[in-house]
Amino acid sequence: MDFELTEEQVAIRDTIRELVQDRVAPRAAEIDEKAEYPKDIEKLFAENGILGIPFPEQYGGISGSSVTICMGIEEIAKACATSSLILAVQALGSYPILVAGTEEQKKRLCPPLASGEKVAAYALSETGSGSDAAAMKTRAKRYGNEYVLNGTKQFITSGSVAGTLVVFAQTDAEADHRGISAFVLERETSPWQASKLEHKLGIRGSPTAQLVFEDVKVPAANRLGEEGAGFKLALAVLDRSRPGIGAQALGIAEGAFDYALNYVKDRQQFGQPISTFQGIQFMLADIATQIEAARHLVFRAATKVDAKAPDLTKIAAMAKLFASDMAMKVTTDCVQLLGGYGYISDYPVERMMRDAKITQIYEGTNQIQRVVIARALLR
Amino acid sequence: MRELAQGTVQPLAEEVDRDHRFPVEALKAAAEAGLLGVLIPPEYGGAGLDALAFAICIEELAQACASTAVIVDVHTSVGSEPILLFGTEEQKRRWLPRLASGELLGAFALTEPAAGSDAASLQASARRTGAGYVLNGTKVFITNVGHAGLYVVFARTGPDEKAAGVSAFLVPAGTPGLRVGQVFKKMGLNGSPTGELVLEDVAVPQENRLGAEGQGFTVAMRALDSGRIGISGQALGIAQAAVDESRAVLAGRGREQGDDFLLADMATRLETARLLAYHAAWLCGLGRPFTRQASMAKLHCTDTAMQLALDALQLAGEEGTAGGSPFERHVRDAKALQIYEGSNQVQRIVIAREVLR
Repeated sequence: MDFELTEEQVAIRDTIRELVQDRVAPRAAEIDEKAEYPKDIEKLFAENGILGIPFPEQYGGISGSSVTICMGIEEIAKACATSSLILAVQALGSYPILVAGTEEQKKRLCPPLASGEKVAAYALSETGSGSDAAAMKTRAKRYGNEYVLNGTKQFITSGSVAGTLVVFAQTDAEADHRGISAFVLERETSPWQASKLEHKLGIRGSPTAQLVFEDVKVPAANRLGEEGAGFKLALAVLDRSRPGIGAQALGIAEGAFDYALNYVKDRQQFGQPISTFQGIQFMLADIATQIEAARHLVFRAATKVDAKAPDLTKIAAMAKLFASDMAMKVTTDCVQLLGGYGYISDYPVERMMRDAKITQIYEGTNQIQRVVIARALLR
Repeated sequence: MRELAQGTVQPLAEEVDRDHRFPVEALKAAAEAGLLGVLIPPEYGGAGLDALAFAICIEELAQACASTAVIVDVHTSVGSEPILLFGTEEQKRRWLPRLASGELLGAFALTEPAAGSDAASLQASARRTGAGYVLNGTKVFITNVGHAGLYVVFARTGPDEKAAGVSAFLVPAGTPGLRVGQVFKKMGLNGSPTGELVLEDVAVPQENRLGAEGQGFTVAMRALDSGRIGISGQALGIAQAAVDESRAVLAGRGREQGDDFLLADMATRLETARLLAYHAAWLCGLGRPFTRQASMAKLHCTDTAMQLALDALQLAGEEGTAGGSPFERHVRDAKALQIYEGSNQVQRIVIAREVLR
């Protein structure tokens, strides 16, 4: 087992770290307050190759490794969870193409994503089909060389800003989840409608959209895998992307802890820094230990994804579950460490606490992760 | 009470949170219902009920709208009760009827930027003059700031470094030199204004000193003891709302055993919290010592509210994170309760001290 990053990964991490400190961190509070998609950060990530991390070199990218993706998401999330989603969703929306695409599809669809010319999104959830993906109602009907899509997708991260969208739809309604197929929609040729969800608890700059498909035409050449293979692909993609959500949760927790740790060393009460009180010290020790444990699980899972290990489903679910529960607990405690100041938006930790909650919910709620883990254990 | 909370207060809750708006209508309805004088005896225009009735009132309000609940709570307990407990007959006659009727909203100004958990180190000064005192200093995290008609302000009268040098004063809004500083943008409780209260050469007459010189810290600590019962009530209201809304979510969809187990844990934990709070209130009502029980109630009820609000949001899933959903609002509101009126770290210090006594 290798606990070291490669030289290349260290170089990528340092680049991201510097960029995040200089350009992302100063924007984070404003992105949250205005609840606007940070197009400038997307552009910054595109220009610096960050949006190319999810893709191997032969498709125009710079890595394709889950470990590198997680490392990048973690670094960005330390300062701004919304911005970290730009990379996380780029990976999520691209995995279906990388996992199930033909060589022709990869060569055609990946380079504009890898260069950052476009961002990707992944449309699986529907109003009546969240945790129960097989109950989806979106239909794709084939007419000659194209499919026509009708339906509505809900809670689609970046669905309103993406140029490339992977959509899951029923091609055979009789066949239950074995009738689901996956399609790649490109905005220019297969435009969809999007409306943004307003006033969210957290990740407020990341647009969460409802997408409506009314007779949207998709070339048959953009179907990923066989008809009916979509559900299996959806799950395989989530297996691969879950460590990324774990990494996001990890980064949020680290960002909050970094701030809170400096605060308690500085804040004087009873004539001494509050860090000298054992009650506070115990909280610090617990937080640091939780973060450390989560970090190892997240990168272990990412390593399994890169190795295509047979037990990656279980470990990826564990990483997502543990890291997101950890982040919720740790950020709540970090607000506590700042006391009243933690609760007001002049300080960043209340934002981090609000941002943490979604990591327990999306890409499979933590209840679903438990189901996945238990199923793997009892197989 | 429930009719008022569910009929008038609850329908405003979403808007009050979204627009960061002081719930004027809710306060007016509460005043008309006599809710602003729950603890004040009938001879001073109040209802003369006990701490348990007070806790239940705040619980009902918080179930509907946590912002409204904290406004009423701070007014009723730390904003008014110190006058009842430490005021002269004349002070009681002068101020309590106006507080009970809602003509004046009460507030409590103890915390300072450098004196939070360590309240005894406060720096605001009260200099003696011929006719009374002149107050200077900055108070922070003051609930009801800008809307209160009367502030209970703590300032240093004596040379003593710590608690012994602190005195309490009644300072009406509009007194020259008293002004509102920054009003904070917060994570939650958006309908309840929280901010700085700045005192610049504020002249306070002798008759507005509450209690003896040097008794201020005792006044503050006693006020906070019963204030904790109110905050426990507020926590119970949020927690109850979380349980009720979780039930509604689960009733509308297929339930798995994991959901049932979570709901069972939530309901059980809420029950323990409620009993702890009611016991503290009951002791307080009987005039028995209740410091330890009030701190335990505050600690356990607010931790419970935080956990249950998070659990409920988890059950609601992504829809619960959208604005206008009560689930995400409960999470943002609940966090404040672990912090104010003595952070839960301070409660642990109090409890340990009482246990080791």
